[in-house]
Amino acid sequence: MTDASANTPATPRVKTSLLELGERTKKRNAAEARFKLYGMMAVGTGVAALLLLLISILSQGLPAFTQTFIKVNITLDESVLDPSGNRDPDEISKVLTFSYDPIINDSLKGLALELSAQHSEVTADVLQDMISAEAKGRLRADVIANPDLIGQTIEYEFLANGRIDGYMKGRVTRETAELDGNVTPLQLDVADAMIVEEKLEKRFNWAFITAPDASELRPEAAGLGVALMGSAYMMAIVFCLALPIGVAASIYLEEFAPKNWITDIIEVNISNLAAVPSIVFGILGLAIFINYMGLPNSAPIVGGLVLTLMTLPTIIISTRASLKAVPPSIRDAALGVGASKMQAIFHHVLPLAAPGILTGTIIGLAQALGETAPLLLIGMVAFVNNYPESIFDPATALPVQVYNFTQRSDPAFVERASGAIIVLLVFLFCMNMIAIILRRRFERRW
Amino acid sequence: MSFAKLTASALAITALSATAGVARDQVSVAGSSTVLPYASIVAEAFGENFDYPTPVIESGGSSAGLKKFCEGVGPNTIDIANASRQIRGGEVEACAANGVTEIMEVRIGYDGIVFASQIAGPEFTAFTEEQWYEALAAEHFKDGELVPNAYTKWSEVDASLPDVEISAYIPGTKHGTREVFEEKVILAGCEETGAYQAMLDAGVDEDTAEGKCMAVRTDGVSVDIDGDYTETLARIGANPNGVGVFGLAFYENNTATLKVATMSGVAPSTETISSGEYPVSRPLFFYVKKAHMGEIDGLKEFVEFFVSDAVAGPSGPLAQYGLVSDPELSKTQEAVANEVTMGTGS
Repeated sequence: MTDASANTPATPRVKTSLLELGERTKKRNAAEARFKLYGMMAVGTGVAALLLLLISILSQGLPAFTQTFIKVNITLDESVLDPSGNRDPDEISKVLTFSYDPIINDSLKGLALELSAQHSEVTADVLQDMISAEAKGRLRADVIANPDLIGQTIEYEFLANGRIDGYMKGRVTRETAELDGNVTPLQLDVADAMIVEEKLEKRFNWAFITAPDASELRPEAAGLGVALMGSAYMMAIVFCLALPIGVAASIYLEEFAPKNWITDIIEVNISNLAAVPSIVFGILGLAIFINYMGLPNSAPIVGGLVLTLMTLPTIIISTRASLKAVPPSIRDAALGVGASKMQAIFHHVLPLAAPGILTGTIIGLAQALGETAPLLLIGMVAFVNNYPESIFDPATALPVQVYNFTQRSDPAFVERASGAIIVLLVFLFCMNMIAIILRRRFERRW
Repeated sequence: MSFAKLTASALAITALSATAGVARDQVSVAGSSTVLPYASIVAEAFGENFDYPTPVIESGGSSAGLKKFCEGVGPNTIDIANASRQIRGGEVEACAANGVTEIMEVRIGYDGIVFASQIAGPEFTAFTEEQWYEALAAEHFKDGELVPNAYTKWSEVDASLPDVEISAYIPGTKHGTREVFEEKVILAGCEETGAYQAMLDAGVDEDTAEGKCMAVRTDGVSVDIDGDYTETLARIGANPNGVGVFGLAFYENNTATLKVATMSGVAPSTETISSGEYPVSRPLFFYVKKAHMGEIDGLKEFVEFFVSDAVAGPSGPLAQYGLVSDPELSKTQEAVANEVTMGTGS
């Protein structure tokens, strides 16, 4: 009775071979294969959704980076612009842009005559409607800056009207022009003739990135300049405020604070704050920064402060996680050789946690960059045409500009909205890239 | 430590900001999203022609704008509120309670409301107020009692209309346009069909009868659009049978994709609206704090520029965008020049 197996009647042992798979092994392998398939399908769905989004945005938005320009010779008529002839800047500035309309019209008569050889109905009015309304503003600014231009004939390159630009980009066709009150098929024919004569061309348009927003009458002139500056100011404010405050709070909570119910409550509330809808921070910003502290409406300083509050929990949570990830042996070793607690943290723990902290901060900043809801309440969802000279001047932000563009009635704003999304995505991509590079370069593993 | 320095500089910025929030260089405007495009066109031209900075125009709706307007007097409050409707008594009281007593009302012109559908869709080319009432009222008054609206197709409402499902996209209740739609289309249709009179005859009091007339059905046949006209346009683009409510200016910028219907035989245009033939239109306003005139640089110039003939006149940029210019513009100009406030002048 020593060996149980020897006595029991020989139950036929299933012969298994490594080369031949048993029933259960087959089942387990099948489950694994199925799971892999599910995983691949999940990844595939995600990638497909992303591709669809990117393709739709890129196909709609890339045309926004090019713009059609028209070359015309403008004669700056002295009798209209400076009747007294003394080139007094005060008098010249009394001539409003409305008076520049006839000047452009007169200057176009020659070109109209030239083109009427091919298209008999072409008049200066037809040509003037092809040029952006922005032209007169530019002429007036030039004349005021340099009154000596008056009386001269100068070659200008103006933006083409949004519809002509749309024709060059395939958005406007002869069929739609037929129905469209803002463009005629004749103007499209003229545009074709002007291409041949090299008076009209489509090329890359830096103004889309640098110019301020424009009204609905001149979609071709609208740009992202003010929004980019506003976003840059706000990101700088968030970085300068959220990083030091967030890191200081996390170091204290992680390394110095006693573990009691007060710190527990603080900890729970920080996690809660991270999940609070961003509009709540906007309400807070309106009540405290604008109504109580009297900060100006629509200013990046208020936006920056609000976004700082919003980003702080993210930074605190990620900083605490990276501080926790530094092994206690490093602290112990530092303390063991006689460093003070503060020295141990700032000389040893913090440098090792820095890549994690920076990654968290950049991800927090990227989140803040894409935020619109809180800005709505502090007046940054607005039409702002002047560049902000300081953080106290009115400005908008990139996502706000996307929202503004999508609300405009002119179809030309659709491509500009997608173009603005592309710029925003490029910024987010760069920021996330920096976060990854920092992590790869400086991360230490134990 | 660098962190200490950073924190100190950050605190310095905050402290500085607390003192800097007093002066304001530019005119500050908020309010109706219908008036926003017009206001931004004027602001842009103003910035181009004057040495003052371009005014900042916030959107957010008439009510939100007037609420902000009534928060008080001083550089930290807005100067102008845009509104697609007249200021209400309650709002004037709220203003007065916060010290905003002298308010100038400026009418900039008229805005038409049009009914449009997909250009390739069914033949929605002519509507009447009665048809809209019949199609969209929540309840009809039949044989002395209110019965739920049973129409599902336009052809059931009127044989001249296409034989397709009723599907209307109308502005949501937060829009000023909804009020005009209910009063000038649905209520007018109710009165024309005689349903209103029939209810009065049946002993219903006036307010209830009006309320019953204007109640729009909520069974999914009509969809409230809380966003902008761009959203309505997208819905129409996806639904060939859809009919949407748009502003005239919006339609005029999208004539290549939309086809407009006449109302009681009149086609909407700036001419028919200014002559009063086209029935569905409303005045657009902005409200100015008189106390800010002279305090905020450029405010008076901006307001005068806004109502000048070159801007708001029939050949100005606003009319070009789709505003129906006010035949009594010269009166408005005079009132602005004399800074006439509500309740004193006119």
